[in-house]
Amino acid sequence: MSVQAAALLEAQDLTRHYRVSRGYLRGHSTVRALDGVSFSLEQGRTFAVVGESGCGKSTLARQVTMVETPTSGTLRIDGIDVVHASTDVRRRLRPQVQMVFQSPYASLNPRRTVGALLEEPLVIHRRGSPAERRTAAHAMMAKVGLRPEHYRRYPHMFSGGQRQRIAVARALMLGPRLVVADEPISALDVSIQAQVLNLLLDLQAELHIAYLFIAHNLQVVRHIADSVMVMYAGHAVEQGPKDAIFADPRHPYTRALLASTPSLRGPPRTQRASPAGEPPSPLAHATGCAFRARCPRAIERCAVEAPAVTAIGRVRVACHRAGEDA
Amino acid sequence: MTSAPLVDIRGLRVEFGSAAHPFPAVDGVDFAIDAGEIVGLVGESGSGKSVTALALMGLVDFPGRVYAERLAFGGRDILAMDAGERRALAGRGIAMIFQDPLASLDPCYTVGYQLDETMRLHGNAEERASAAVRRARALALLREVEIPDPAARLRAFPHQLSGGMAQRVMIASAIAGRPQLLIADEPTTALDVTVQAQVLELLARLRAEHAMALLLITHDLAVVSESADRVVVMYAGQVMETGAVPAIFETPLHPYTQALLDALPEHNLDRARLATIPGVVPGAYDRPAGCLLAPRCRYAVERCRAQHPPLESVGRGSARCHFPLDRQGRPTRDWKVVRAGASAA
Repeated sequence: MSVQAAALLEAQDLTRHYRVSRGYLRGHSTVRALDGVSFSLEQGRTFAVVGESGCGKSTLARQVTMVETPTSGTLRIDGIDVVHASTDVRRRLRPQVQMVFQSPYASLNPRRTVGALLEEPLVIHRRGSPAERRTAAHAMMAKVGLRPEHYRRYPHMFSGGQRQRIAVARALMLGPRLVVADEPISALDVSIQAQVLNLLLDLQAELHIAYLFIAHNLQVVRHIADSVMVMYAGHAVEQGPKDAIFADPRHPYTRALLASTPSLRGPPRTQRASPAGEPPSPLAHATGCAFRARCPRAIERCAVEAPAVTAIGRVRVACHRAGEDA
Repeated sequence: MTSAPLVDIRGLRVEFGSAAHPFPAVDGVDFAIDAGEIVGLVGESGSGKSVTALALMGLVDFPGRVYAERLAFGGRDILAMDAGERRALAGRGIAMIFQDPLASLDPCYTVGYQLDETMRLHGNAEERASAAVRRARALALLREVEIPDPAARLRAFPHQLSGGMAQRVMIASAIAGRPQLLIADEPTTALDVTVQAQVLELLARLRAEHAMALLLITHDLAVVSESADRVVVMYAGQVMETGAVPAIFETPLHPYTQALLDALPEHNLDRARLATIPGVVPGAYDRPAGCLLAPRCRYAVERCRAQHPPLESVGRGSARCHFPLDRQGRPTRDWKVVRAGASAA
């Protein structure tokens, strides 16, 4: 793949396996939550990861935020290999990568005021005096559209949209260059989703932050992302610039996702072809292509040989038949 | 509507809280469902969608209080029924499925037992009499909702099912009593996109085959636009607009529907910023005196803030708005007159 010098985040063959117990006397089994994923993300851009539950989206977020160490592969943040870095280096890198979670009802401590929540990252990283921290918290509140009197209030006094503003503000307190947003708007109402998406876009324009945006809603991804990676069972099955993916999806799974996504302009549900079957269990280890059981275009080769990632035009696809015209 | 509708709701009001400080979760719901029709009930959280459905099922318990000018199913007044009649209605006349199927199924009993139990209570005379008939029907029901290997699934416990399979079991259980109306409360919100598509297709097929009406409750406008015949839009406990699909999405009558559509990324393909609805949904005790949307409405004028609009039929649907929108998405002419008068004064 093309290695750009300016890449803020770069993953090569990133892999994370978990060992899980299958019960007494039954030994262990391996969950291949993330299996050889490569991508890069530049400063100030948005990289969206889409896929269904169990595809490895959130595992990817845990590797990028340095909460866990990958099993193998390399992960470079700002050119530094964090997989093999010392604890100290990782600690110094962590303020650069912050996270916004799905539910602002669960991610904010109900016993702390907004001010305390916003200042906590600064306290942990020993930045500034109490007065300076307070000023920084007020400045950030203004930036995300919270009023000064909100400083002393508690999370339960806010609506879902306001809470997600608090969560975004907290993620930005340390001045990160990368924000990992794991389904940041899917717990919110439609009218509020638009407010939070606008906020994220405004902050990106102002602060030049990069987003790793994890979502299952393709309409939202289409709006916010610069490039997209589609994941299935721990693999990146297709990735590339947003326009290319949406205009001409090459992987059958990407096509299935697009066909399944409800749309105001689409044909009625009864006239659509949605894929059969369900996402596989993370414990199942399929030989060959993981999608073949649900794939309308599967051939014998798909059962024996796992498809390698190949470049087709501007996208990279892992499918034996991606080169053929559909 | 020529014949009497299957469901007729007029002036529905559901209150919670004490009599001194009642909180109306629903106040002003009017709509009807014809036999075999799919009606989408959309609204944001707290808009009263689920409470409306529970009132229809007769499931609002003390201290909740249900009042209505008319709340009828198949021509019979639900509010006048005694407990026994209501029990017969819920399950046979109306069935309901919920958002989280694994919370609806009992974890201690197998799928087979739970389907059997439904038919013991709500089955026809033959099914109530014979366990063998019930078992055969359970297998047929699982086949009907496209569950692979139904005989094995009858022995499965709910935790052994995926979310999509569990929702299919819930649907099988719901149609076991041959209901005339199936209420689906956010049936696909907890499911993955591809599975959501499958379940929606299944529901559409079942209603066609069984001539069953479907009340599809969701917050997702796109889901409704693909599946429903008609849409009821709720906001803060009231019906704001009703209309047929796709007209309601192409030329909405109510500014709230218009604003909701404008906030969708799909409506903003070539724009960087999404249109938003300023402010928040009014809470329990701070509902405005006039139109409930007035503080957030881009077209609100003095009359909107002072006077509560009724739900009135307007050609292509009905809307609770003093100045319903025309086909170009602009308020009617008297709105311009009113506003011009206000700025002159």
